[in-house]
Amino acid sequence: MLSNLGNSILFLCVILSLSIIYFANQNLKTPEGKISKIIYQFSLIQSCLILVCFFTLIAAFIVSDFSLINVYQNSHTSKPILYKISGTWGNHEGSLLLWAIILTIFSFLFLVYNNNHPKKFRLLTLIVQNILILGFLFFILFNSNPFSSIVPVPNEGLGLNPILQDPALAIHPPLLYIGFVGSSIYFSAAIASLISNYSSNSFSLSIKNWVLVSWCFQSLGILVGSIWAYYELGWGGFWFWDPVENASLLPWFAMTALFHSLIVFERRNIFYFWVIILCLMTFILSVMGTFLVRSGILNSVHTFASDPSRGLYILSFLSLMIFVSIFLLFKKYKRENYNINQNSKETFILINNWFMMFYLATVLLGTIYPIFTDAITNNQISVGPPFYNTIIIPIAVIFLLFMAVGPRVKWIKNKFEDLKIYTFILIGSLLINFLITYFLESYSILSNLIIISALFLISSSLIDGIKEFKKKRLDYARIISHASFGFLVLFIGLNDVFSIEKDYNIKLGETKKFENYSIKFQTLNLKEFSNYKAVVGELEILNTDTNKKNILSPEIRIYDNPQTLTYEASIKSSFLRDYYLTMSNIDRSDYYNIKFQKKPLMIWIWISVVMIVIGGFLRIFTNAKSN
Amino acid sequence: MLQKKVKKRATLLLALTLISLLAIFFILMGLNKNILYFKSPTDIKTNEDINFNKKIRVGGMVKKNSLVIEEKEIKFIITDFQNELQISFSGTVPNLFSEEKGVVAEGKLQDKSFFIADRILAKHDENYMPPELKNLMKNNVK
Repeated sequence: MLSNLGNSILFLCVILSLSIIYFANQNLKTPEGKISKIIYQFSLIQSCLILVCFFTLIAAFIVSDFSLINVYQNSHTSKPILYKISGTWGNHEGSLLLWAIILTIFSFLFLVYNNNHPKKFRLLTLIVQNILILGFLFFILFNSNPFSSIVPVPNEGLGLNPILQDPALAIHPPLLYIGFVGSSIYFSAAIASLISNYSSNSFSLSIKNWVLVSWCFQSLGILVGSIWAYYELGWGGFWFWDPVENASLLPWFAMTALFHSLIVFERRNIFYFWVIILCLMTFILSVMGTFLVRSGILNSVHTFASDPSRGLYILSFLSLMIFVSIFLLFKKYKRENYNINQNSKETFILINNWFMMFYLATVLLGTIYPIFTDAITNNQISVGPPFYNTIIIPIAVIFLLFMAVGPRVKWIKNKFEDLKIYTFILIGSLLINFLITYFLESYSILSNLIIISALFLISSSLIDGIKEFKKKRLDYARIISHASFGFLVLFIGLNDVFSIEKDYNIKLGETKKFENYSIKFQTLNLKEFSNYKAVVGELEILNTDTNKKNILSPEIRIYDNPQTLTYEASIKSSFLRDYYLTMSNIDRSDYYNIKFQKKPLMIWIWISVVMIVIGGFLRIFTNAKSN
Repeated sequence: MLQKKVKKRATLLLALTLISLLAIFFILMGLNKNILYFKSPTDIKTNEDINFNKKIRVGGMVKKNSLVIEEKEIKFIITDFQNELQISFSGTVPNLFSEEKGVVAEGKLQDKSFFIADRILAKHDENYMPPELKNLMKNNVK
């Protein structure tokens, strides 16, 4: 029953999309200055219907309607209700439905919120967006239908992979998708602007909040994913330069470049084509990321059910998008006169864009390089974290310095008046850095440089803030985001330098000693839970300097549906450091394999990212106010 | 006046191209230094010129009854059903590492039959297998 309902609604959505395109096209031809009511109504109905469709699928998951293949493959009656619901978008088919929803709702909201822009531009945006919606609806209907039914109806589902049964991973996809798919609306707007020759700087007003919204959610999505990887995957790290992670980072770089160059475009009416290129690139990178992840072409440690036929569809869709974008760009390209002074805010924002493009190129090359070598030389290779670290970290030092100086630079023509302050800040950062390294006894030129430049960025942002506050022109959003980015780099740097990691094979009752710590394997218990059994170890970590004890209890879990073994890390967080312990059993032996890690300032890394995002949201609010 | 402007633009353009070329050069250099080649035990046996100083990845099945656990290290044999490779590893093994399961080890070859790993990757769950391994298994079934 639910299967029929879902399919009919999907079909209705296709018809609605087609009629919106038809009516919008009709409306384009009429001389009337307003968009006809029927388009608004159809868009609203379309958004509501796709939501109903999604709720139908959620309902199927909640009541465990195993007549749907999708529910049968990804759910189980014994699963907690939260994970039944999150299971809806935890799989390929359901997550595509989420794509379609965000596409549709953004389409409607963009239509409603841009009254003061030319009619032609708005209608064309709507048409392009609906073509995208159609593309995904067809994909859902014919290739990845979440409402496909199965006969005979099974009694029990296969269950959701236990490592995906997690609160962070329940909210991770929706957050990330608002970022990924949210970028579709300024893709459509950019195409519409090219076609309708709407190239004045008021174009930037129509998209800037959408860019910020998608950027904020993308950042949050990446953050939640990292936190999940940190406590669930048991390696104690939060970023592995894995293809799946890179796929989420690529559009992020493009978005970051985009909303910075939008400032210049809005203010000085230059960089129009560059802005358009970035708009197009962001969504193309998002779809490309989806292609890389879903087609299984890349070797990733993250689990994704992959299927070549999906890859083919997304690839053709992607090629079409790239082709249309490039064609339009060439057709409409006009030489722009960039008369900008080398020492001006324009230049500094351009520099930010260069860095973003450099990082994007680095990560993109590293991610797709293995595909090429495999295809051309038949060598199977993988590009590991050392590549990204050697390329990105040294460049980041220069980037941070520019990021600190840039915002103080004036428009059009600047003179450096505050050189004194900068030297003062630099000396201050140097001193703090040497204090840190002196007292904590660690030495590496690169990490020192990173810490110095991060401190430089933080202090100059804060001094900026104080100055602006005195002049009563405080730009909260920028100060918070820039300073927090400095803090983020600083904490990551310190965390990396002062982490301790020890691996042991240990038997019950044994004690291991290293530096000023001792680890005692005290007890081992078997516990039964509703959908899994767990072997819980109890290990005592003693700091022999301070005589402080911490009990950590890592688990080995045996899940029934599907039959899976997982290792749960035990983490003791505090403001200064995290203790992190994982335990695994090895076949046919009394030894337990443990990994102990001391990770300083972990919490602050998360907090910094949250603060950066808060800066983004603040900017949206101030934008909304000034409009 | 005009010439001066043209000159200025030309130098700027030149500087830009140089910087981008330099950037691409560094990226490629970095790539070249940091890629990890994937080899099967048979590749290692048959290959003449092996660079013993470079990190590589080797993969195959953990051989039955080959796993030995000691206090400091874990030893096992990787097989692709034609040739074998002895692996020594000290560290934490990942989820689902066990005998007769697929595994990928990252580290350096000591000689053609002995490998010291500093990282072990295994299957992530029942459905997932590293694509490299999948190909390997396919080829051997033929």
